[in-house]
Amino acid sequence: MNLQTNQQLEIKEPALMSGFVAVLKRDLMLAYRRKSDLLNPLIFFLMVATLFPLGVSPEPQFLAEVAPGVVWVAALLATLLSMDGLFRSDYEDGTLEQMLLCPQPLFLTVMAKVLAHWMMTGLPLTLMAPLLGVMLFLPGEGMGGLMLSLLLGTPTLSLVGAIGAALTVGLRKGGVLISLLVLPLYIPVLIFGTGAVQAAVTGLPLVGFVALLGAMLVLGLVLAPFAISAALRISVSG
Amino acid sequence: MSEALLKVEALFCERDERVLFEDLSFMLHAGEVLQIEGQNGSGKTTLLRILSGLSSHYEGDIFWRGEPLGEVRENFLAEMLYFGHQPGVKAMLTPEENLRWYTSVQPALDRVTIYEALEKVGLRGFEDMPCHSLSAGQNRRVSLARLYLSRSPLWILDEPFTAIDKRGVAEKEALIRQHAEMGGAVILTTHHELTAHDGLRRINLDQLAGTNS
Repeated sequence: MNLQTNQQLEIKEPALMSGFVAVLKRDLMLAYRRKSDLLNPLIFFLMVATLFPLGVSPEPQFLAEVAPGVVWVAALLATLLSMDGLFRSDYEDGTLEQMLLCPQPLFLTVMAKVLAHWMMTGLPLTLMAPLLGVMLFLPGEGMGGLMLSLLLGTPTLSLVGAIGAALTVGLRKGGVLISLLVLPLYIPVLIFGTGAVQAAVTGLPLVGFVALLGAMLVLGLVLAPFAISAALRISVSG
Repeated sequence: MSEALLKVEALFCERDERVLFEDLSFMLHAGEVLQIEGQNGSGKTTLLRILSGLSSHYEGDIFWRGEPLGEVRENFLAEMLYFGHQPGVKAMLTPEENLRWYTSVQPALDRVTIYEALEKVGLRGFEDMPCHSLSAGQNRRVSLARLYLSRSPLWILDEPFTAIDKRGVAEKEALIRQHAEMGGAVILTTHHELTAHDGLRRINLDQLAGTNS
């Protein structure tokens, strides 16, 4: 066991990537071992689509009209539902402290965690969306728009939601606060997401909506990790 | 190695309108073990969290190898090992997976000797059990196994002996002393009476204001 000198400790580039991969792999493995957390948002998503026609009207024409909005709102709420747990268990068992004390930039750690979260919520929701579309009589032309808009929109939801989760992780009851903090920021994504699906259904070009969703995603990718890192530091330091 | 690893100048911390310590200054050289003493609530954990860079609720200056801590944060983190109140062990993972994860995110931890480290903390045979089925003491041992893997010069340990049995405590104490003898430095809090040796120094927070009424 030799103590390292200052020069030896220069962080190498591959080490950055391996840290990112390690956090990602760990989070995916944890999710796999706690399948209930994994299934909860998906079941919620499916339940909304099942109950909605029962509660409102089983009329195919009416359902086809509201389907884009219903699927998108359900996806948004399902994401929000899963958000609170993103940092909570790490905070409680002390691994979050250890992550903050890693020499690699917190930016990367946070990106890995958000990516893992998206792979466990946003991605399955996107893949399940056509099923809900069929259940709600969404016309076939709309399916492509629905998948594409969710594929671009759900990562933004995860990124923005993570800011709220990071800010409230130090509080005993953060659940309600997250919704209040994050919902206003979710609204643009919802508007353009459903807009894209409606455009696809009516045969109008999607490009504008997709470009806006893409722009929001890029903005989120660049800025959100900084906000999440800062919020985590504040929460842990308190 | 005569240069001070860590230098603290005029540290002041207040919590809930209560002064925990003020004008706290000390230096930590390689080869020293610094025990922070004080009654419950005297700010031992707060001090360690400040020194490790987790908390920024303080006034004063902290220098790492002569440079302000804020400027050399990355180097400092790469050379520091922190053991906190919560062991930092994922209940759904096995001890081996936990340690493997630590070695991937902390370059200063050695990944080849994970099995030896687990053996040394007495967890041989538990490598493949999820940590939630281990006892509290065993969970802390998983985290303490990092000490055997560590090449970092500075260890900051908050109550490392809690829930550890007598033999384990003696082993860890020997490990801490060995680390100091090899040119490392340790800051720790514990209510356990450490055997006196050359490098051991003590700071008592009770004398520094706040808790003595």
